[in-house]
Amino acid sequence: MSGVRDDVPQLPVLVDAPPAGQPSLTHLDSPGRVRRETLRQIVRSKTFLLGAVVTLFWLVCAIFGYWIAPYHPIDESFAPSYESPSWSHPMGLDRVGRDVLSRVIVGARSVIVVAPAAMALGVTLGSILGLVMGYFGRWVDNVIGRILDAVLAIPLIVLAILILTALSAGQEGINVSSWQLIVVIGIAFTPPVARTVRSAVLAERDLDYVQAAKLRGERAPYVMFAEILPNVTGPIIVEATVRLGYAVFTVATLAFLSYGPQPPSPDWGLQIAEQYADISLAWWATIFPALAIASLVVAINLITDTVQQVLDE
Amino acid sequence: MTAVDERAPALELRDLEIAYRVRGRDREVVRGISFTVGKQQSYGLVGESGCGKSTVALAAVRYLPRNGRVTAGSLQVAGRDVLALGGEQLRGYHRDVVSMVYQNPGSALNPTIRVGKQVTEVFALRGVRGADARERALAILREVRIADPEQVLRRYPHQLSGGMQQRVVIAMALATDPSLLILDEPTTGLDATVEAEVIDLIAELQDRHHTAVLFISHNLALIRKTCQNVGVLYAGELVEEGPTEEILQNPRHPYTVGLLRCLPRGGVRKDSRRLDTIRGFLPAIGEHLPGCVFVHRCGLAQPVCATEKPVDTPVGASHRSRCHFHERAQQLPHDTEGAAVAPVAVDRATTPLLRVDDLTKTFRQEGHEIKALAGVSAVLWAGETLGLVGESGSGKTTFARTLLGIVEPTSGTVEVDGRPLPPTLGSRSSDDVAALQIVFQNPDSALNRRHTVRRMLKRTLAKLARVSGGAAEARAGELVEAVRLPERALSARPTGLSGGQKQRVAIARAFAGEPRLVVCDEPTSALDVSVQAAILNLLVDLQGSHRTSYVFISHDLGVVRYLSDRIAVLYLGRLMELGPAATVFEPPHHPYTEALLSAVPTIDGEQRTRIELEGEIPSAADPPSGCVFHTRCPRKLGEICESEEPPLAEVEPEHLLRCHIPLEELRVMQGAPHEQPVAP
Repeated sequence: MSGVRDDVPQLPVLVDAPPAGQPSLTHLDSPGRVRRETLRQIVRSKTFLLGAVVTLFWLVCAIFGYWIAPYHPIDESFAPSYESPSWSHPMGLDRVGRDVLSRVIVGARSVIVVAPAAMALGVTLGSILGLVMGYFGRWVDNVIGRILDAVLAIPLIVLAILILTALSAGQEGINVSSWQLIVVIGIAFTPPVARTVRSAVLAERDLDYVQAAKLRGERAPYVMFAEILPNVTGPIIVEATVRLGYAVFTVATLAFLSYGPQPPSPDWGLQIAEQYADISLAWWATIFPALAIASLVVAINLITDTVQQVLDE
Repeated sequence: MTAVDERAPALELRDLEIAYRVRGRDREVVRGISFTVGKQQSYGLVGESGCGKSTVALAAVRYLPRNGRVTAGSLQVAGRDVLALGGEQLRGYHRDVVSMVYQNPGSALNPTIRVGKQVTEVFALRGVRGADARERALAILREVRIADPEQVLRRYPHQLSGGMQQRVVIAMALATDPSLLILDEPTTGLDATVEAEVIDLIAELQDRHHTAVLFISHNLALIRKTCQNVGVLYAGELVEEGPTEEILQNPRHPYTVGLLRCLPRGGVRKDSRRLDTIRGFLPAIGEHLPGCVFVHRCGLAQPVCATEKPVDTPVGASHRSRCHFHERAQQLPHDTEGAAVAPVAVDRATTPLLRVDDLTKTFRQEGHEIKALAGVSAVLWAGETLGLVGESGSGKTTFARTLLGIVEPTSGTVEVDGRPLPPTLGSRSSDDVAALQIVFQNPDSALNRRHTVRRMLKRTLAKLARVSGGAAEARAGELVEAVRLPERALSARPTGLSGGQKQRVAIARAFAGEPRLVVCDEPTSALDVSVQAAILNLLVDLQGSHRTSYVFISHDLGVVRYLSDRIAVLYLGRLMELGPAATVFEPPHHPYTEALLSAVPTIDGEQRTRIELEGEIPSAADPPSGCVFHTRCPRKLGEICESEEPPLAEVEPEHLLRCHIPLEELRVMQGAPHEQPVAP
């Protein structure tokens, strides 16, 4: 059922009914209104609100962490190490006597910077490839598709580790910059995004408006980016939110495996890596950074669910 | 199951009101409908899209969408209060009492299950299993005139043609021997010849089974063939009801009168008169209408019509109308949207605008060669319309696409103004590209839903007419005005426009580059009849003012005849007949043309006896020997038709025919007083 606008004056009756051949525009929804309606529907959802609040909290921590945190995250001056949670240190102290709460708050930064950037890169590359594959089809689709399949066949973490190790070859130890992380995760995310976009493009490619664009002599890039792309934004947005959740997880996992910030950084994954061996001794030093990761991933997934639901309707 | 009154009518609606909940508000879609379908009777429900036809049907089978609900009134089927049924009762109701056939048979059958299993399942539900169920399935398929039921049972749905699928669905619907059979636009997706067969079948089955039928359609001619009574639905109200013939001959509601006038019938042509339209729009869903629902669009409306609801008035034996001025309904002023047409003078002495010579297109598919076009030649002068007629698979669309350069021909040439065109779009100059444009069938997919009308038109102007900036803005305004849209339409996106308005935008876009030839690919088949008339008038006007030629593809022969100067009849990629419209549509003509014309149900005059075509259109991968039509030709001569392909010969001046039967013999065969072919 198409919706109906109720605030538009209906056709005047009788004498000033529009003369034939001068049809007034109908009572249908304007696209602006539909978009506002969609946004309102998203914002009204409780799951979205919960997700947004948690995400926003970590965003604030990432930006203002040093001001919010009660202590300096790498200050080792507290004692005794592995002190259990108390009033002065609500999340306790870690092995070298650092305040866990402060480290969790400040540690948000590396994930919050790297994950969205990696997602953006993956979605951009994936969208371009998906458009090219879906639009040209035939051998272009086949060649790119097989290459992407090959990339997909390697587990994400293994792929990332391979590339990162290769990048730091010849150096002493592993030294991974945020840039490298972003590029590597972005590339690893490209194949699944490309697949999603490709299938959306396939549904659009044969519609008559694409044919009409060709019939006025448009070239392929225009047809792909100006005609088709605006019509596949729905799946791209959903894919982007899904990837963001994965990106957070991937960044933390790589940091845990020491492919990321190096000590004494308060990065969550690194914290877990440093502390988990002693988890039976001091659970708080491991559990709280782990909960931080989980809360952010779950929050992003809540947002994803709402967006997906509303866009599907 | 509880005892039900055996004498109860098959379907009885009393003041039924149905609302859809949209954005938190109930919008009334069906506004108090009452009608009765007696036992063994057939009742047609006619109306344009959005009037509530399908909603009524869905309510009757209790399949309203989740946001829809019955807000008032009662609905009884064979004595059962349908609205009160729940759980097991509802299952029993679906199993034993009511059956429904939907518009698209392809989606009514499960694509992964063989037809046999799906048909026998219907019997299994009623306790008949194994060999018995199989016997019954074979019997019911024979009854819907499926020649080889054993074969069909072993097939998957996609291995059957659309007509065959719909027969299977009808067989399944009848298998339960229901008290009420609901048919919702059962032939809309089918070819005219197949449609005619299915409609005949429905009429015949109804005679034999005495099942009560509710037939929903936008096509009055089909209802005439199948139904004793008809109800005309408008904006969720039954505006007129009565015996079908009575309503057609003596309509007593201005909407019915307008609807009947919109159809290009009785062989009218663009140079004889304009088509009537119904101005304005269907009221919005849920709009508050204190008076008559039709008041905004009625040429007879008086002040009282806007304020007071007309009552359901008997105007004859079981004929009722909901109009304050029903006795004057037939005096409804003609609404032809503009002045009479000035026919385009066609100058045949000049170079033809379009010359197609021996155009052939062979597709390759899995090692097979499929001849979609086999040596088609045609000539068209500026300002003329060439109508393309034929069943699906006859090559109409391939022909159009080859002209446009979307499909590269295997051989043959296309000349415009005496210049040969390069075969593909990519190799054509932008002048060549601008010269040939197209109006697509479905305006929803033809316009980019993310772009404004302004953006579409200005981009087209920039590419094809090389105007930009202020000049383009001015031209876009002119184009919008030329297709009779208000200027603010420029800022609208397709989602804000109705189907007819979208098609006007598509036409404006096609005319932006001052084309010499516009291909119209079924431009009105997705539109309602009142909108169709306005679009056809517009096309005629634009042809008059721009001297544009059209290649007009349509399955609606009345529409083709209205607009075309010359007609080309295609069958399996071959030209069977080509000539002036009047000549082709009047006998003597090709036996295939004859069959096509006879398949079209009429609204006025006697029904023609339909010439049945046997079987289905053969595969283009393996066309019959000799005359490709001989396998289905009702006038086949004999061996010569199977062995030798007849030449396309000029049997009369300008009239080309591909048939072994001499023209004089065809004249005698078809010569009986032949009435005007008319479209639905």
